[in-house]
Amino acid sequence: MSKILIRGAKVLGGEPQDVLITDETITAVGTDLTVSSAEGAQVIEADGKILLPGLVDLHTHLREPGREDSETVLTGTRAAASGGYTAVFAMANTFPVADTAGVVEQVYRLGQEHGYCDVQPIGAVTVGLEGKKLAELGAMHESAAGVTVFSDDGKCVDDAVIMRRALEYVKAFGGVVAQHAQEPRLTEGAQMNEGVVSAELGLGGWPAVAEESIIARDVLLAEHVGSRVHICHLSTAGSVEIVRWAKSRGIDVTAEVTPHHLLLTDELVRTYNPVYKVNPPLRTERDVMALREALADGTIDIVATDHAPHPHEDKDCEWAAAAMGMVGLETALSVVQRTMVDTGLLTWADVADRMSFAPARIGQATGHGRPISAGEPANLTLVDSAYRGEVDPAGFASRSRNTPYEGRELPGRITHTFLRGRATVVDGKLA
Amino acid sequence: MKRHLISAADLTRDDAVLILDTAEEMARVADRPIKKLPTLRGRTVCNLFFEDSTRTRISFEAAEKRLSADVINFAAKGSSVSKGESLKDTAQTLEAMGVDAVVIRHSASGAPYRLATSGWIDAPVINAGDGTHQHPTQALLDAFTMRRRLIGPDAGLGQDLGGRRITIVGDVLHSRVARSNVDLLHTLGAEVTLVAPPTLVPVGVETWPCEVSYDLDSVLPKSDAVMMLRVQRERMNAAFFPTEREYSRRYGLDGDRMARMPEHALVMHPGPMVRGMEITAEVADSGRCTAVEQVANGVSIRMAVLYLLLGGNEPAVSSPRTDRTEEK
Repeated sequence: MSKILIRGAKVLGGEPQDVLITDETITAVGTDLTVSSAEGAQVIEADGKILLPGLVDLHTHLREPGREDSETVLTGTRAAASGGYTAVFAMANTFPVADTAGVVEQVYRLGQEHGYCDVQPIGAVTVGLEGKKLAELGAMHESAAGVTVFSDDGKCVDDAVIMRRALEYVKAFGGVVAQHAQEPRLTEGAQMNEGVVSAELGLGGWPAVAEESIIARDVLLAEHVGSRVHICHLSTAGSVEIVRWAKSRGIDVTAEVTPHHLLLTDELVRTYNPVYKVNPPLRTERDVMALREALADGTIDIVATDHAPHPHEDKDCEWAAAAMGMVGLETALSVVQRTMVDTGLLTWADVADRMSFAPARIGQATGHGRPISAGEPANLTLVDSAYRGEVDPAGFASRSRNTPYEGRELPGRITHTFLRGRATVVDGKLA
Repeated sequence: MKRHLISAADLTRDDAVLILDTAEEMARVADRPIKKLPTLRGRTVCNLFFEDSTRTRISFEAAEKRLSADVINFAAKGSSVSKGESLKDTAQTLEAMGVDAVVIRHSASGAPYRLATSGWIDAPVINAGDGTHQHPTQALLDAFTMRRRLIGPDAGLGQDLGGRRITIVGDVLHSRVARSNVDLLHTLGAEVTLVAPPTLVPVGVETWPCEVSYDLDSVLPKSDAVMMLRVQRERMNAAFFPTEREYSRRYGLDGDRMARMPEHALVMHPGPMVRGMEITAEVADSGRCTAVEQVANGVSIRMAVLYLLLGGNEPAVSSPRTDRTEEK
């Protein structure tokens, strides 16, 4: 029997308490747990650090199978653990695409074997992400991987009939379709947000309306067929308004925002540095502020990283030739602290909701996003919120280094992560 | 002046006037029996063309040779965007060969900026046109042509284009020439009006230092120069306008429209012209059209830019590169 006593941690940012972990379970939470139950326990002095439930990322690209040069399930889950995550949902745009029971089972199994963080595969909505024919959603759900979230992320399910059918079909087993909202015709040749900066730089525009029109369509479809829809990486002020309106009508919609859309704007594209090239693109200051507000008031339910690793050569080139995406797992909590907590928009308890409780609920990640109380699985992360430091990608666990925050000072640091009572990160280092 | 010439917006008024004045000096070289100066002897300039271009490449080459530079031409089939040798590899190869300046044309907006700022290469970079972003030497030769015609070669020395009204017509959305001209003409004190169908005006244009009109006829009488941009026929297929005929009717320059312009006003075109689309043959071949002059002036302007960027008054054996200071 292994025992760990975390002493003096601010549970969800509240008053300091002691938390006792026995094997895989939290067995006691209280003040001054020096009772016999804690005897022989390994003690971790938390010194007022913040204790959160293990973070859950509903939107991660692990790249395995097919692009192991940018990330693997092993390197990606090590990056996740470093960032305080105990569960990640792996997007389906791999090679081959995760559109069959066989592929999702393999990804699931790799996650289990490595043991850094639970990997819950997301199944493709359509065969090969081509948007033409529904993939075997039922088979993926019934497989060992137990898929409940389906997405063609990277591509939009743009055919309204296919989207309708997918929304209807997953009702049979309580699944959810996560939409990458991007009207393809309006974004042909798109390189960055369409607006003042794109006009000046001569880069193809990705207009906000291309996102907003799909979201509007999909919330109406979800309402019509009585299903639920999840909106990936919402990025514009207009998208926020549409989701707010849909929720007010009682439509079953949830939405996510990425850390980078909470902090960075399209002004950065003036550098032509492809590290800032991402899909959906960085938007304007007005959009950033609207997204923060929406995350604070609950219109946007969760933060999801859209962790998108790319090898050096895919970013060390001219803008048009560069791949889209940014790594995010190891900086997500710091960016959320900087944009939401240090600005007074969210409490740490709210952060626990947006980054663990709610994503676990949307993705039905059993055993994750649970309260920090006796009898619950010991999936936990300890945050030193007083820490300030510059982001140094050289220290990343991820195989890729395409972070937009290199050299920036960000607050907060993960000192410990526990997956079912086993430390995956100790004193800021992978165990 | 900055070390590189990437964007017309990089130039101050004084920089621009200095280039125009230097180009007047260079233009005199063309009138000599031997059209050559020893200025860049022993310097190597590479023309790095990732996109098809005849006139710009020849113009730069003529300018380089008239200044006695050694010229290396690199024409990449297609572009580095299609996988193969990357811009970075090419740049590092040139660096290893020891080139003193790189003239680059690329289909990707921002490629020259990346080349100048990424640390792949240590030579000055001159943008010969990148995607739909900038084409600064084109804007300079246009301004040079206007100053010569509207003020005079000698009377224009030291002068800018203060108070002149310039109209730019056509596919502004896809035009690096339009962007560079708006920046430079504004810097030189001119008032610029863009005229195009709304589909060919970029979203975000409201922050540019110019006016926008959809009505060519109302702008023509108030123009000192009308610059017609090439409109590719393919744009029709992407529904930027319904038909070629409709485009010509609304935005093309024909004899009738030219007659509405003031007596002294110029018709300009960066080339290549699509006769019958944005300009009729009658207008293109009239004495008011400066298209051919612009080509000649392009050589003088590029000589001036190379001379000023490569410090042509220094000895041919340059000091070590490490002595150069970055102006960024």
